[in-house]
Amino acid sequence: MTYALEISGLAKTYKGGFEALKGIELTVKQGDFFALLGPNGAGKSTTIGVITSLVNKTAGTVKVFGYDIDSDLEKAKSFIGLVPQEFNFNQFEPLMQILVNQAGYYGVPRKTAMERAEKYLKQLELWDKRNVQAKSLSGGMKRRLMIVRALMHEPKMLILDEPTAGVDIEIRRGMWDFLKVLNEQGITIILTTHYLEEAENLCRNIAIIDGGKIVENTSMKGLLAQLDSETFVLDLSPTNQQITLSDVGYSVIDEHTLEVELHKAQTLNSVFEQLSNQGVQVLSMRNKSNRLEALFVNLIEKNAGQ
Amino acid sequence: MNNSIALKSILTKEVQRFMRIWVQTLVPPAITISLYFVIFGSLIGSRIGEMGGFDYMSFIVPGLIMMSVITNSYSNVSSSFFSAKWQRNVEEMLVAPVPNWVIVAGYVGGGMCRGLLVGLIVTLVSLFFVDVQIHNVWVIIATVLLTSATFALGGLINAIFAGSFDDISIIPTFVLTPLTYLGGVFYSITLLPEFWQGVSQANPIVYMVNAFRYGFLGVSDVSLVTAFSVIGIFIIVLFTVAMTLINKGIGLRS
Repeated sequence: MTYALEISGLAKTYKGGFEALKGIELTVKQGDFFALLGPNGAGKSTTIGVITSLVNKTAGTVKVFGYDIDSDLEKAKSFIGLVPQEFNFNQFEPLMQILVNQAGYYGVPRKTAMERAEKYLKQLELWDKRNVQAKSLSGGMKRRLMIVRALMHEPKMLILDEPTAGVDIEIRRGMWDFLKVLNEQGITIILTTHYLEEAENLCRNIAIIDGGKIVENTSMKGLLAQLDSETFVLDLSPTNQQITLSDVGYSVIDEHTLEVELHKAQTLNSVFEQLSNQGVQVLSMRNKSNRLEALFVNLIEKNAGQ
Repeated sequence: MNNSIALKSILTKEVQRFMRIWVQTLVPPAITISLYFVIFGSLIGSRIGEMGGFDYMSFIVPGLIMMSVITNSYSNVSSSFFSAKWQRNVEEMLVAPVPNWVIVAGYVGGGMCRGLLVGLIVTLVSLFFVDVQIHNVWVIIATVLLTSATFALGGLINAIFAGSFDDISIIPTFVLTPLTYLGGVFYSITLLPEFWQGVSQANPIVYMVNAFRYGFLGVSDVSLVTAFSVIGIFIIVLFTVAMTLINKGIGLRS
């Protein structure tokens, strides 16, 4: 089977001796929606830099849809669309010019490029801005522009390095929907993000990188299944009554709020039943922390202790 | 992968860039050259008399045009490529399957376009001051194309090494300008003492200015064969250096 991305023994030591990558092993299946997570400085951007040839590797191999970047770099690059972490377009150029030129670098004729630019600019609600200089766009618009730019040659694999950083929640959710549709159309998506909710919502598989090494590489479901317990925050109708629950860990925060810790085998039904019997109504409920966040912190702490 | 579309895209981007800021890129050379004509041609030139068998104004026209071509070809590529590095939009090309020779050709082509356009503007301005004569149009075309390519390549190499905006002004200030002024723009090198004539022959701009002047006036301090050979060697060497630097990712890839 040909993987969309196949990385083996990837190492990178920068001038000055800093080892950013220490033998990365990673595969991403075709059509996957893959999260590459890690704390700041873990090696995510360096890994992406090597894949896209912006960073020279020290050792190891990288194959994109079976094409080795050492022997078939141009072919490998033709499959990749990159949305980098920092804005890296010419701020003084109008959007259409940026997009049509970018398509041209991939050999896409001007007419086709204009059609694609129109399609994606409309989908990401930037069409009205097509003739303005990029510097006049808001931060969220600039992020969306970089997504459009990455799609101009219709890549088979899209790599997004923190694409929603600094974007408000409404636009972020719109971008999630857009990325889901792209993935459903068969585009392999690799995403790095600091919003773990984003990774949990979008991605099927996940790798966690820390200190230049992959510390976890599994399916999102498999990872979340490792959770032993979850803490829920229950918003209650005001009550002066002393709340008591059996068989579950809990703490009463105030007269409106109760925290309940449930282990894998336990259900919320028994909690609701006990509260109902005590005449307490539950108005709403939420997770205390993002489930992935709890796992992520555990893994990073565990790795730091090794 | 269609390299001609990629080349056209880089070239278009480069031309759009200098046309977008035409007040900074196209107007100043016209003003500067007008001042040269007024001061060196009309005011001082009338007291100098003939040079190389021509009145002084006619003698300096080819050199002044060539000076503008050299300066603009060089500065277009050095500032544009460094700016692309600085804003990081050079990454748009680096992540795409564009062969490195296409990147070099695109930027050099952009520099040549500006050099040639400015050369044309300066030629038109000179028509207000002097009757420009043409001895051999093909020599003029060949010289201006090869010279603009040479200095566009030089500007590219400068930009690859540059780490700050200061670095792209050092070479034009301390190397390019002295070589241009000592390159026979304003005088025939035969007027120099023998020793300094020998020294001048190490200056490549002497060959470019003289070949260009031959195209206009039919006179030159050096043979055309030597002039084109020197320019050709410079192009080959500079192209090789530029390709080597980009292939290694110097200043571009970490």
